[in-house]
Amino acid sequence: MNGSIWSGVTRRAVLQGLGTVAVVGLAGIRFDLTEAFAAVNDKYPEDAFKAKSEADAIKSLYGKTAEKSDKVKLDAPEIAENGAVVPIAVSASLPDVTSIAILVTENPNTLAAAYRILPGTAPSVSNRLKMAKTSNVIAVVEAGGKLYSATKEVKVTVGGCGG
Amino acid sequence: MASTIRVRATASGDTTEVQALIQHPMDSGFVKNAKGELIPPHFIQQVVIEHGGKPVFIADWGPAVSKDPYLKFAFKGGKKGDDLKISWTDNKGASDTLTAKIQ
Repeated sequence: MNGSIWSGVTRRAVLQGLGTVAVVGLAGIRFDLTEAFAAVNDKYPEDAFKAKSEADAIKSLYGKTAEKSDKVKLDAPEIAENGAVVPIAVSASLPDVTSIAILVTENPNTLAAAYRILPGTAPSVSNRLKMAKTSNVIAVVEAGGKLYSATKEVKVTVGGCGG
Repeated sequence: MASTIRVRATASGDTTEVQALIQHPMDSGFVKNAKGELIPPHFIQQVVIEHGGKPVFIADWGPAVSKDPYLKFAFKGGKKGDDLKISWTDNKGASDTLTAKIQ
């Protein structure tokens, strides 16, 4: 049996065949890795943005819970006259910050923005968010694989989310 | 066509400070128009800022980010004259990209 399979095939053809398999195989693996890497890097966290509570949003985004820390600095106004444009800045005096998220607890979907801080980028971000009404704003910072948070209440005079 | 993105990136020593303004309605899906109909959600989901072909900062946004979003951050390693690429994509699949020089 064995002899008849091999008899008509030259050693060269077999080697070439193996070579092709190896190249195709490697290309396949390489492609998968690139895709997996891209998925980890760029994937938009759809579910986290749909979460209705801060606990669900943080869990969906990071898979763990945050502890309060005075090393997280949350800069937000005491009173926002216009809820459509509330300037909010977050920074952290922590090493190895990989992510900063900002949540507005009274908004229909709590998670407002999540930032990925790549190596070499400062752990600090400023943006402008909409707030439906007076609410707690929570800043969550991921540093060294752990989550830290700070909370501040912002009073909103005119809401910026509904009509 | 004029870009929807305006960016100012300034290098000072080792640190480059980036400020970006993007023109976008950022409709939340909760606001009604004059006829009382809900305006469907239309918002930027992701902004990626790249320097030297590598992302330095990625923003994931929900509809709670204000209209015509503003963003400020800083990174290390940029030099005057380097290219900085900013791209966004929204929930309807639209996108825009701008490459600016660090000043």
